[in-house]
Amino acid sequence: MQSARLGDFGAGQDGTLNATALRADARRESFGLLALLSPGLLLVFTVIIIPIGWLFWLSLFDEGGAFSAANYARFFEQASYIRTFITTFKVAFFVTGACVLLGYPLAYMLSQLPRRVASICLIFVILPFWTSVLVRTYAWLVILQRKGLINSWLIDLGVISQPLSLANNFAGVVIGMTHIMLPFLVLPLYASMKTIDTDCLRAGMNLGASPAATFRQIFFPLSLPGLASGVVIVFVLCLGFFVTPALMGGGKVIMWAMRMEQTTSLYSNWGAGAALGVVLLAVTLALLGLFQWLLGARATGVWSSR
Amino acid sequence: MTRISCIHSLALAGLLASTAVPALAADTITVASWGGTYQEAQTKAFFKPTADALGITIKEDTTNGLDDVRLQVTGNAVKWDITELGADECARGSKEGLFEKLDYSVIDKSGINPKLVHDDWVGISYTSVVLIYRTDVFGDKGPKTWADFWNVDKFPGRRALSGAQATETLSVAALAEGIPIDKVYPVDIDGALKSVDKIRGHVDAWWTSGAQAMQLVKDGEVDMASIWNGRAGTLKKEGAPVSFSFDQGVLTADCMVIPKGSKNKDIAMKALAKFVSPDLQANLPLYVDNGPANEKAFETGKIPPERIKDINSSPENVKKQVLQDPEFWRDTLVEATEKFNNLVQQ
Repeated sequence: MQSARLGDFGAGQDGTLNATALRADARRESFGLLALLSPGLLLVFTVIIIPIGWLFWLSLFDEGGAFSAANYARFFEQASYIRTFITTFKVAFFVTGACVLLGYPLAYMLSQLPRRVASICLIFVILPFWTSVLVRTYAWLVILQRKGLINSWLIDLGVISQPLSLANNFAGVVIGMTHIMLPFLVLPLYASMKTIDTDCLRAGMNLGASPAATFRQIFFPLSLPGLASGVVIVFVLCLGFFVTPALMGGGKVIMWAMRMEQTTSLYSNWGAGAALGVVLLAVTLALLGLFQWLLGARATGVWSSR
Repeated sequence: MTRISCIHSLALAGLLASTAVPALAADTITVASWGGTYQEAQTKAFFKPTADALGITIKEDTTNGLDDVRLQVTGNAVKWDITELGADECARGSKEGLFEKLDYSVIDKSGINPKLVHDDWVGISYTSVVLIYRTDVFGDKGPKTWADFWNVDKFPGRRALSGAQATETLSVAALAEGIPIDKVYPVDIDGALKSVDKIRGHVDAWWTSGAQAMQLVKDGEVDMASIWNGRAGTLKKEGAPVSFSFDQGVLTADCMVIPKGSKNKDIAMKALAKFVSPDLQANLPLYVDNGPANEKAFETGKIPPERIKDINSSPENVKKQVLQDPEFWRDTLVEATEKFNNLVQQ
């Protein structure tokens, strides 16, 4: 009798009565939340979506003001566009690689230091942030150029007889940009390494794993989400870099942002430059999607297996 | 990035200006130029004397070139009454209809090369692209001509050329092929590109700004370079071991325009007339190495004779140089620059 009453009262035939009410309630709540979000969404729409849409719109008009794909066709007609595009990705790839090689050990060291010492060391990581990119780039020029510090020391010490080409070429761009990008990798990586539960490491050791095996099998996989976000930030920021390649590349390493500036002043229609922006944006979004798919899935896999 | 952020801030400024009520007093005009020591010299040579003579206030601003004017005119937010540009930019902007017509009943054009006098733009000064070399490397036996610069066997060493100004590099490339100075224009672009192709493997830096060219030479990063004469003169004054001459220089003009939609067109016209007058033109070389566009300036007696020989646009020096033709580049710049980029950016 009790069960029959419950059936009558609670779920009707098969639970639909209550479910409808619950769904309606959930809908009301999500509407409420959306209403709360709307100022933010409106802001995003006006300052991001509309300008980007406008950029895309502009890129569809040629110099005569006619609707055309000329701005995009140019990328295939003039070989230099594709080449600078490839250069851009090559630079981003090498800089990201260099940042990982330098940044991972650094972040690892920082994460193992006592908190007080680590926070002092972190200041030195963040300090360059407060110096202008231009100043830092010129400083690298002074250090790396033919008669710069490194070459004159090495020649004075008799290590080399001919100066090394470190500035005004690809190597110079990678060195200069790595210095600027390093904090963007170290900070998220350090933050994620700090959250790794040391009990997991201890447990591994307790079960007989060597320190190297503990690092390889436990610490490294757990640090991957932080590494992934650092890599994505560095890579994407590299794609739009201007100052350092312009000064350190000696005009021989032309990146996409520099090409954008040249194209904008060369053509009388904004569309010519806008098209470059649209392509970079599209490729960057595609890459972010790819990263999310590859690294994100792997990273979440690591987390859930924990 | 500086340039791009400038454009952004200009866009913003333009936006603000367009919403503000035009409250500028009619006797105030705004003049934009390239900034730096050049504009400081212009302030002393042109702007201050003009403001005093006409009883007006001249406000100053700096420009990045034609894109800035285009942004203001097409965005209906013109904040400059006069702006300086490179002559080929003036020719291109004129074709795009970005400038007000000039009134030559107000502006006296006599003494200015007719190639630099147009319906809506007029020449204001000259810069030369010259060959500079380091004397600590070559002594006084350095490369003197562009053919020498191209001769990598006889003059080994590191080289820099302008990468951002295809017009200048193609002009010197034509000279390097042995084309006489009066035959360089109209430039045989494909021939000049072939000439660039010969040297590009030996070019260690393609500079994109005057400051960069100067730094490359000053720090010994390169042993020889193409450079603007103002920058070359500064290096020499600073005591850098360098030598340059106006032989086979490429004389490029700067011009001034009144952007279309200027609110103080009439006063701007009167001010511009003052700027190009022989009297004020003669002031310019007293402060900076850029020569006056009005050759009557040399007849005013204001410029000391020993100074005249150092000025790129003095009648003596003009004979040694190629005058870059702005109207030639108006029609060929885009194609030539793309081809040049294809060659250089690889």
